[in-house]
Amino acid sequence: MFAGRGRPLKIQKSMKQSIFTILENKRLAPSVFRMELVGDTSQITAPGQFVNIRLEGRFLRRPISVCDKAEDRLVLIYKVVGHGTQQLSEMAPGTQLDLLTGLGNGYDLSKCGEKPLLIGGGAGVPPMYWLCRELIALGKEVTVILGFNTAEEVFYEAEFAALGARTIVMTADGSYGRKGFVTDGMTALEKECGFAGKDAQQSDCAGSSADTFYSYIYTCGPMPMFRAINQVARTSGQFSFEERMGCGFGACMGCSCKTITGYKRICKDGPVLEREEILW
Amino acid sequence: MVSEVSRAAGRDAATHQSDTGFHADTTVTLSGWELDNPVIPASGTFGFGKEFAELYDINCLGTFSFKGTTLHPRFGNPTPRIAECTAGMINSVGLQNPGVDEVLAVQLPKLQSYFHKKVIANVSGFSVEEYAETVRRLDECDQIGLFEVNVSCPNVHGGGISFGTSPEAAAEVTAAVRKVTRRPVYIKLTPNVTDIASIAKACEDAGADGISLINTLLGMRIDLKTKRPVIANKMGGFSGPAVFPVALRMVYQVYEAVKIPIMGMGGVSSAEDVIEMMLAGAAAVQIGAANLTDPYICRDIVAALPKTMEQYGITSLREIIGAAHRN
Ligand SMILES: Cc1cc2nc3c(=O)[nH]c(=O)nc-3n(C[C@H](O)[C@H](O)[C@H](O)COP(=O)(O)OP(=O)(O)OC[C@H]3O[C@@H](n4cnc5c(N)ncnc54)[C@H](O)[C@@H]3O)c2cc1C
Ligand SMILES: Cc1cc2nc3c(=O)[nH]c(=O)nc-3n(C[C@H](O)[C@H](O)[C@H](O)COP(=O)(O)O)c2cc1C
Ligand code: FES
Repeated sequence: MFAGRGRPLKIQKSMKQSIFTILENKRLAPSVFRMELVGDTSQITAPGQFVNIRLEGRFLRRPISVCDKAEDRLVLIYKVVGHGTQQLSEMAPGTQLDLLTGLGNGYDLSKCGEKPLLIGGGAGVPPMYWLCRELIALGKEVTVILGFNTAEEVFYEAEFAALGARTIVMTADGSYGRKGFVTDGMTALEKECGFAGKDAQQSDCAGSSADTFYSYIYTCGPMPMFRAINQVARTSGQFSFEERMGCGFGACMGCSCKTITGYKRICKDGPVLEREEILW
Repeated sequence: MVSEVSRAAGRDAATHQSDTGFHADTTVTLSGWELDNPVIPASGTFGFGKEFAELYDINCLGTFSFKGTTLHPRFGNPTPRIAECTAGMINSVGLQNPGVDEVLAVQLPKLQSYFHKKVIANVSGFSVEEYAETVRRLDECDQIGLFEVNVSCPNVHGGGISFGTSPEAAAEVTAAVRKVTRRPVYIKLTPNVTDIASIAKACEDAGADGISLINTLLGMRIDLKTKRPVIANKMGGFSGPAVFPVALRMVYQVYEAVKIPIMGMGGVSSAEDVIEMMLAGAAAVQIGAANLTDPYICRDIVAALPKTMEQYGITSLREIIGAAHRN
C-alpha cells in the first residue's frame, strides 16, 4: 500500500497525543474492520508499536497495533470483541479520534537474517503488514503464515501477497487455504523446502536455521499460538504480547510481566519480547 | 500575565493576573511547605514522573507523590490487573516497586534531572517495623518534602487485615513512622471503613502532621463471556471520576474531625473538582486515575485554575479550604 523506506527503522521511544481524522472505516470480515486515519504519525517509528484510542463514554483507552503508516496516514485493523471496538466500527469518515501514538518498543528489524518468517494469528495479523512491507523494502525474502479459525475470518491475504511475500493461509477447520494451525504450516513448509532436520525439540534452536526455510520469526497472536510456535521454532524470534492496560505508556504498572531479564511493562518495554527472554 | 508585584515577591509561578486584572493566588501550604499550586498527581498513577516529563515540564505541578515504595522489591499481583468500569477503573497492581534501596540509588537521583521541586514519598509496608524502616532509609534524601504513609496494606501480623481499618493499628504505624523522621508525616487512609473520621483522629492523636484520602474503594468486575472475575486477584481498587462524591464526603467528614491539613483525592479530573475538594476541606488535591487516560490532565488543571478561580470569584485558594463548613 505505502512504499517501503528501504532502510532499518530506528526504535525511538517517545509518545504523542494528537487528534486523527477517520478517512475510511470498512469491514474486511464479519467482525474485522480496517480504519484509515490522517494525523500526526511522526512518533510512530517501528512496526509492532501501537496506538491508544480514547473513546467517548469509555474510561480507558483501547490499544490497537499500527497496521501500516506513511507520512500522515495510519491504518488500523481491529476485531469487534466488546463495547469499545463496536463503537469504533460504527464511526463514520470525518470523525475525529484522540490517539496516543508512538507507544511500545516495536519489532527490531536488524536481527532477522535474510529469510524472516512472519506469523500472525487472528487479531495478531495487522501488525505483520507494515513489518512485512519494511522487510521486503530491505530486500528480505519474507514468508508470511496467517492463521484463522475459518474461511469467513480471513483477511489481507492478497495484500501480503501483493507486497511480494510468500503468503500461506491456515484455517483451523480447513475451510480455506491449508487446514491446521500456523505451526502445521511451518512443518509443511519445512518438508516442502526439503529440510531434513530432526524435531526442533532435539536440535539446537539457534544453530539449526541454516537449512530451513526461515532465518528468524516475528509473530503476534494469542498465547497458545506462541507456545505452539515456541515448541517447533528452530530460530530466535520476537513475540508481541497483549495485556489489559491502564495507561499504555508505562506509568501504572498495570501490564507487567516477568521475563528472564526481569520485570517488564508490556506497554513500554514491550509489547515485543525476544524469544530468549520469555518465561515459557 | 504575571504582574510585576508577584515577580518581585518571587511568586511568578503562582500568582496569576488575567486580562481583566483579576489576581489569582494558587499557592497552598502543607505543613510549612509552600506549593505553587495544589495540583499533585497521586501515587501509583505517575510512576516517578519520567513518562510524563517526556510530554510536558512537570515542574508546573505543585509536586507529585511517587509510586508506593516498600522495604523490599515487589513484583505485585498476577495479571490481568486492570478492569474498566463506568467512569473509572479497578487496579490490582499490588504495589509493584523496586524496593526502597533502588528508589534511593536509582529513581530519586534520576528524578533530579527533570524535577526540581521536592516530592512526596509514598510508603507502604506489611508490618509496623517495615513502614518505619522504609521511612528511616528514605529520610536521608533531601528531595523528599513529606511522607505519605499508605495504611491500606494488609498487616501480615494482624491476620491480613488492613492497618487502615482500625484506629489502633493506624495509630501504631503513625507513631512508629513519626519517630524516625523530621519531615511531615501524612497518613493516607483507605475508604473501606465504616467511620473514617475516627481513624483520621487516631492518626492525628498519634502524631500525624496531615491526612491523605481517599485510597481506592474495593471493587470487582465479572466478564460475561468467561463468567469469571476480570482481575486475576478477583478484587481490586476502584477509582476514577465515579468515586468523586464518596471521596468528597470523606474529606468533608475528616475536616470536621481533625485540625491537621488534608490532601484530598478520589475522582478529581478538573479544576472545578480541585476547588470543590478544597471547599470540603482539602489543603491540596491529588489526581490519580485521570492521569492514565489523559496524560496531560494535571498540566491542564494547573493552567485552568486561575480562570476557574476568577469565574467563581476566588482570589486565593488557601482561603477557601474548608469554606463549605462555614455557616
Ligand atoms: C499492544 C496491543 C495491541 C493490540 N492490537 C490490536 C489490533 O491490532 N487489532 C485488534 O483487533 N485488537 C488489538 N488488541 C486488542 C484490543 O486492544 C482489544 O480487543 C480491545 O481493547 C477490546 O476493547 P472492547 O472495548 O471492544 O472490549 P471490552 O471487553 O468491552 O473491553 C473492556 C476492557 O478490557 C480491555 N481489553 C479487552 N480485551 C483486551 C485485549 N485482548 N487486550 C488488551 N485489552 C483488552 C479493553 O481495552 C477495555 O479496557 C491489542 C491489544 C494490545 C494490548
Ligand atoms: C494504577 C493505580 C495504582 C495505585 N498505586 C498506589 C500506590 O502505590 N500507593 C498509594 O498510596 N495509592 C495508590 N493508588 C491510589 C491513588 O493514589 C488514589 O488514592 C486513588 O486512585 C484515588 O484517586 P483517583 O480516583 O483520582 O484515582 C493507585 C491507584 C491506581 C489507579
Ligand atoms: S499499562 Fe500502565 S504501565 Fe503498562
